[in-house]
Amino acid sequence: MDIHEYQAKEILAGFGVPVPRGGLAYSPEQAGYRARELGGQAWVVKAQIHSGGRGAAGGVKLCKSEDEVRTYAGTLFGKNLVTKQTDAAGKGVYRVWVEGASDIRQELYLGFVMDRTSERIMIVASAHGGMEIEDLAQGDPDSLRRMVVDPAVGLADYQARELAFALGLTGGQVAQMVTVLHACYRAYRDLDAMMVEINPLVITGTGDLVALDAKMSFDTNALYKHPQIAALRDPSQEDPREATAADNGLAYVGLDGDIGCIINGAGLAMATMDMIKLSGGEPANFLDIGGGASPERVCQAFRTVLTDKNVSVILVNIFAGINRCDWIANGVVQAYREVGLTLPVVVRLAGTNVKEGQEIIRNSGLPILAADTLAEAAQAAVAARPTAAAA
Amino acid sequence: MSILINETTKVLVQGISGRIGQFHTQEMIEAGTNVVAGVTPGKGGTTVLGRPVFNTVREAVQATGAEASLLFVPPPFAADAMMEAADAGIRTAVSVTDGIPSQDMIRVKRFLRRYARDRKMRLIGPNCAGIISPGKGFMGIMPPHIYMPGRVGIVGRSGTLGYEAASQMKELGIGVSTSVGIGGDPINGSSFRDILELFEADPDTDAVMMIGEIGGPQEAEAAAYVRDHMTKPVVAYVAGLSAPKGRKMGHAGAIISAFGESAQEKVEMLSAVGITVAPNPSAMGATMAAVLARKLAA
Repeated sequence: MDIHEYQAKEILAGFGVPVPRGGLAYSPEQAGYRARELGGQAWVVKAQIHSGGRGAAGGVKLCKSEDEVRTYAGTLFGKNLVTKQTDAAGKGVYRVWVEGASDIRQELYLGFVMDRTSERIMIVASAHGGMEIEDLAQGDPDSLRRMVVDPAVGLADYQARELAFALGLTGGQVAQMVTVLHACYRAYRDLDAMMVEINPLVITGTGDLVALDAKMSFDTNALYKHPQIAALRDPSQEDPREATAADNGLAYVGLDGDIGCIINGAGLAMATMDMIKLSGGEPANFLDIGGGASPERVCQAFRTVLTDKNVSVILVNIFAGINRCDWIANGVVQAYREVGLTLPVVVRLAGTNVKEGQEIIRNSGLPILAADTLAEAAQAAVAARPTAAAA
Repeated sequence: MSILINETTKVLVQGISGRIGQFHTQEMIEAGTNVVAGVTPGKGGTTVLGRPVFNTVREAVQATGAEASLLFVPPPFAADAMMEAADAGIRTAVSVTDGIPSQDMIRVKRFLRRYARDRKMRLIGPNCAGIISPGKGFMGIMPPHIYMPGRVGIVGRSGTLGYEAASQMKELGIGVSTSVGIGGDPINGSSFRDILELFEADPDTDAVMMIGEIGGPQEAEAAAYVRDHMTKPVVAYVAGLSAPKGRKMGHAGAIISAFGESAQEKVEMLSAVGITVAPNPSAMGATMAAVLARKLAA
């Protein structure tokens, strides 16, 4: 789960990371008011969306007067910001962060991630911050310093010092960096984060370290431990289809094709999408219906898939282990009637109670196409598209 | 033989008293699994399905000599249950639980390192279907009837895609020595490499079907192991050709977040070390049949 920059800054500041003073605004007027409140000669106005690359997309601006703050904020509110990391629709701007402009002498990069090779928290840092980590890894890989933290001991002071010296810091900056590293590590560990990124971490004109931008994302499996983090979820930044599906206990990812997929198991779902692609079609979505799927859950899955208007055929592929084919079949028949389906449906059932399931489909009298294998199911779905018939 | 479980393995079920625990324990007993006891804190002294229930894993191990444990424990308590099993001397633990916090698993993996190699518990999962040696026994949630006993090992992240492979092979008369689900989480107990090592050493396994997916470094690690140490043929499939970068595809671990983590890149890595990669997920069985025929002819 992602959160906004201003929320990440507030959390990290609570652990001891120095951040610039700033204020949140929900309207252009409020943005102007925040600038006056903060004082000074220049402010940075930043669109708050769950995406990086905001600067290049026109979502960040240095403003020299209250009027400019108000005017610029006025262009942001309600707008969808399209960045390198969002899809073509972009993400809506409903909150704007105004902070005092910083005097930047140098930009560093600092990231904390979960490293799947060492199975530990890894710190990644570079003396050349400001650009995206992907670009840094490609364009300037030698500048990256990596360090893995032993979970039994936590981050050791010597590790933090090593990193600070490796980045070329001197004097009091070293101690400041040690503080920042400890703070980020504790925030990561204590709040079950998956990612903490400060980019850039700047050295100011007075030689002090300040987190100019911050990003945090959290382990959804651990949100039950941290209700204060769970409360930061912002539905305006989520794909509404995926959010609704998640609320109904379905793993759903919207894609660009027209073959709607309802499958049990993440691996089988991905494999079925591969098979569709190899058969000349394009999947409209990933959907894992999970174990122990009741007819009601199957209905819910149909409704979720049908929220995508591009869908022209639905493929149901179930290999029942904990699931039972007869329940799934009942669900398909029920969904057909309740949802008032007019699209072609291909159903492939295998595993527990497969005969009973197939019988239910056959006896339903509904125009459901049955398939025996994964390949047949994918080919039947591709052939059943109206565009396929026209071609 | 087989790996990890056979008809004599003394199996304990942690969380045996719950609805799901009871249901699958019943299935395991019917399939011939030697279930000796259960553990549910607070339910010690009762019996479930004729098996004694203990309050702690340590008591259960002392009383019954249990050597393997299947955990039906909800996510908030799963990591603790794994550590309890490890400390009580369980040799193989299987966790099917989906939704365990990643940092809980970091702690479990660190905890397991406290034990010397000969005392260290092997953890399978979490978020997996379990392990089965067809005709001998199983620990998990898979439907045992789809597996035919035989001499091909299966190791994969996904449960249902593992079922798909087993049933495709059964159609072609190819049976399974042991099938192991290593689970879909980013931090898991055993990797592909760990299980390939066991199959390589098992005299009753002739070849291995390995089913990978997008995300993580474990297919690459397995490729290096196959290149340097494996004498038995390996057939592979990698799911997620159509998965977009940076999106989590159901499994917490199925996300392309670094170089080398896409299905295309993994297929290239596996092919480069001589692994036969099935051209599509419907051809896993046929690809294995072709590889076995070639081995027989050689």
